[in-house]
Amino acid sequence: MADLTTEFLGIKSPNPFWLASAPPTDKEYNVRRAFEAGWGGVVWKTLGSEGPPVVNVNGPRYGAIFGADRRLLGLNNIELITDRSLEINLEEITRVKKDYPDRAVIVSIMVPCEEEAWKAILPKVEATGADGIELNFGCPHGMAERGMGAAVGQVPEYIQMVTEWCKKYYSKPVIVKLTPNITDVRFPARAAKAGGGDAVSLINTINSIVSVDLDQMAPEPTVGGKGTHGGYCGPAVKPIAMNMVAEISRCPETHDLPISAIGGVTTWKDAAEFMALGAGNVQVCTAAMTYGFNVVKEMISGLSNWMDEKGYTSTQDFIGMAVPNVTDWQYLDLNFIAKAKINQEDCISCGRCFAACEDTSHQAIEMSADRVFTVKDDECVACNLCVNVCPIEGCITMEEVPAGQLDERTGKVVSGEYANWTTHPNNPSATAAE
Amino acid sequence: MASSHQASGIHAGRLAAAEIADNFGDLHPAYDPHEAAVAADRCYFCYDAPCMTACPTSIDIPQFIREIQAGHPASAAKTILEQNILGGMCARVCPTETLCEEACVREAAEGKPVEIGRLQRYATDVIMEKASHPFSRAASTGKRVAVVGAGPAGLSAAHRLAMLGHDVVIYDAKAKAGGLNEFGIAAYKSTEDFAAREVDWLLQIGGITVEYGKKLGTDLTLEALKGDFDAVFLSIGLAGVNALRAEGEDLSGVRDAVDFIEELRQAEDLTKLPVGRNVVVIGGGMTAVDAAVQSKLLGAENVTIAYRRDRDAMGASRFEQDLAASKGVTLMFNVMPKAIHGSGAAAEIELEYTEIEDGRVRGTGETTRLAAEQVYKAIGQSLEGQPDAVELEGGKIMVDATGRTSVALVWAGGDCASGGEDLTVTAVAEGRDAAMDIHSSLMG
Repeated sequence: MADLTTEFLGIKSPNPFWLASAPPTDKEYNVRRAFEAGWGGVVWKTLGSEGPPVVNVNGPRYGAIFGADRRLLGLNNIELITDRSLEINLEEITRVKKDYPDRAVIVSIMVPCEEEAWKAILPKVEATGADGIELNFGCPHGMAERGMGAAVGQVPEYIQMVTEWCKKYYSKPVIVKLTPNITDVRFPARAAKAGGGDAVSLINTINSIVSVDLDQMAPEPTVGGKGTHGGYCGPAVKPIAMNMVAEISRCPETHDLPISAIGGVTTWKDAAEFMALGAGNVQVCTAAMTYGFNVVKEMISGLSNWMDEKGYTSTQDFIGMAVPNVTDWQYLDLNFIAKAKINQEDCISCGRCFAACEDTSHQAIEMSADRVFTVKDDECVACNLCVNVCPIEGCITMEEVPAGQLDERTGKVVSGEYANWTTHPNNPSATAAE
Repeated sequence: MASSHQASGIHAGRLAAAEIADNFGDLHPAYDPHEAAVAADRCYFCYDAPCMTACPTSIDIPQFIREIQAGHPASAAKTILEQNILGGMCARVCPTETLCEEACVREAAEGKPVEIGRLQRYATDVIMEKASHPFSRAASTGKRVAVVGAGPAGLSAAHRLAMLGHDVVIYDAKAKAGGLNEFGIAAYKSTEDFAAREVDWLLQIGGITVEYGKKLGTDLTLEALKGDFDAVFLSIGLAGVNALRAEGEDLSGVRDAVDFIEELRQAEDLTKLPVGRNVVVIGGGMTAVDAAVQSKLLGAENVTIAYRRDRDAMGASRFEQDLAASKGVTLMFNVMPKAIHGSGAAAEIELEYTEIEDGRVRGTGETTRLAAEQVYKAIGQSLEGQPDAVELEGGKIMVDATGRTSVALVWAGGDCASGGEDLTVTAVAEGRDAAMDIHSSLMG
């Protein structure tokens, strides 16, 4: 069995699966249960300044969207940072870290954007023995209205400034958590690096209204007849998070900045994908909130099994392996030709590929009177929609047309030579092919 | 005396009232909303869906399941009822395992089809429980149509005709409407008086008068109806029962299965309904299964279905066969009745083994005997009491694809008409389609 031990910023954990800063890591009781279940680390739910803690609403805090069979696909929340006192949290962190020296314990922090506030809290956090801190610059609701969370994360100059304070008053690794509620994630990532941040973690939750109660005519979760935008997370946000991780990984200025990836990780495969895009580890929240802490067991066995199959002995072996293959559209090979192929033995004749292709794509699937569906190679542009709507995994595949063979749609022989948009004759700003 | 299976002879009260009530409860209890949501989520919304093609009434099944998924089962019910006004009953009695559910692509994928029948019941129950009727009548056309027989075909035709603005009079020989839905199917498929409630609900459309106790041939003539109405729809079913043509058929205890089922369906108190210790049902269709299973549920000790061909040839679906077996009914194949023995009353049945030669059943000469105080004949019904004027085909009233008979302005549908399987759902389709053709003929 592959060794999943992961070192992130010099912090060792038995596996790359950390619980993200969120309700599952709000207190000692939960964190101990998480470690017993096998989680490699936790980012303790965000601490605020000393004094009376924040308060949460007493109505519903979460809303959700569902797939078939009420499978939770996206969750949104309007919960704030910890509503327990700083003192109690610090005591608990100290105890837990002492009892679980092999697990990563990171403390998430959000205090006002003033040097004094950071200067006051950082030594106290350092005294807990925790392995590092994560700066919550992402929380999109409630705290942002008070000039914290996303209000800081959306201004690169503030990110840099606060990160510098943290590096000044704290000796261990500083992870800067980024909000996705911006237009280009590379700007805050560069700011974090410029401020001396050791790593970034992303994404925090996405501004969202998850549903509207059509009787109350108010967004959900509805509190006393009103609702507000909350932070969206879960499997539905994974594609957005992966793109942002990839953007940072392949940006020349930030490609060496360690990343802790967050966003919809539910199985081992999600984690492997994020790590292939350059993340050193992953943080999980919604999967645990949906299914409980035991979900980590599948993540561990799945990742280990896959690494064995691939011959990877350490997570370092595959971290970032997909980054060189993330490119801009203009560099995709326009001479790569594929055609859909329907495996008749697996086909159950539902006809969804036909409906999708006929109604919304390229009219490239033929349907016989006895419901046999076949691809018309002379119409198929290999868009992949049929593959995506087919309920049977693997029934429809995309088959590359090898060089030298005719593409029946264009009537041209596949050249096998790489050619992209930058040199394409239809491109008004094309450069001459070399 | 304690009631029991073993008490010999034919008598009532073999089981306690509570056990009888339990036995005759709903075969497929209604889905609760959660079950319906889970079942509906399995539908793939197929293109030109095979289930819809397999449905004799062509209900838009993916559409109605999607309406359940999206949380508006009342729309789902309307989608069903637009095509099949007896969608509630069909949800209960249709052999879905040989129709829509057999065609479901998830049957091909996993051997577990979407449970279309139960979803249909869920949707139609919603609208029936609201006691609301989703259809209304078009402006009166001034045309009058007579419907003879208040079974599924007649009710379906009458509803559609009334909806299109015609005035309809339904005549039925019995004191209640519903035909086989009311009198001829197993009680556990139509619990809580569903057949009667469905008729009441259907008649809410208005414009339909039902006259009971009026039988064609004795109380009515086709000639007179043709004179009084603009069109006539015949849905008289199959009133005759085929004979066994076996020695001892006249002994007491030997009886038509349809009569037994009718008596059971109309019984106020099933604990008072007599049943034999040993019951043998002759036949291989749904009626045979209904009679056999219900005998068992009433407390008969030994119940056997004796069918002259093999399992695959049996008219009852595999689901029905398995249902019978699960209730403790013995299925015997390749046997035919040779004689019923007893002095005055049936005591034993003598069965002869058969083999099939060139598709025909032939006795092998070898026989066996089973104790049988009751023998039910369920070897098919036949047309009886039809007007002389109509031409027949294969023992049924000859009709074309839209239900027209050989007599002008006379249509026919349901079991009495040629073509189609003798299923409730087929009868509904035929009634509906004939109504549409009557409408275009009258309005053309």
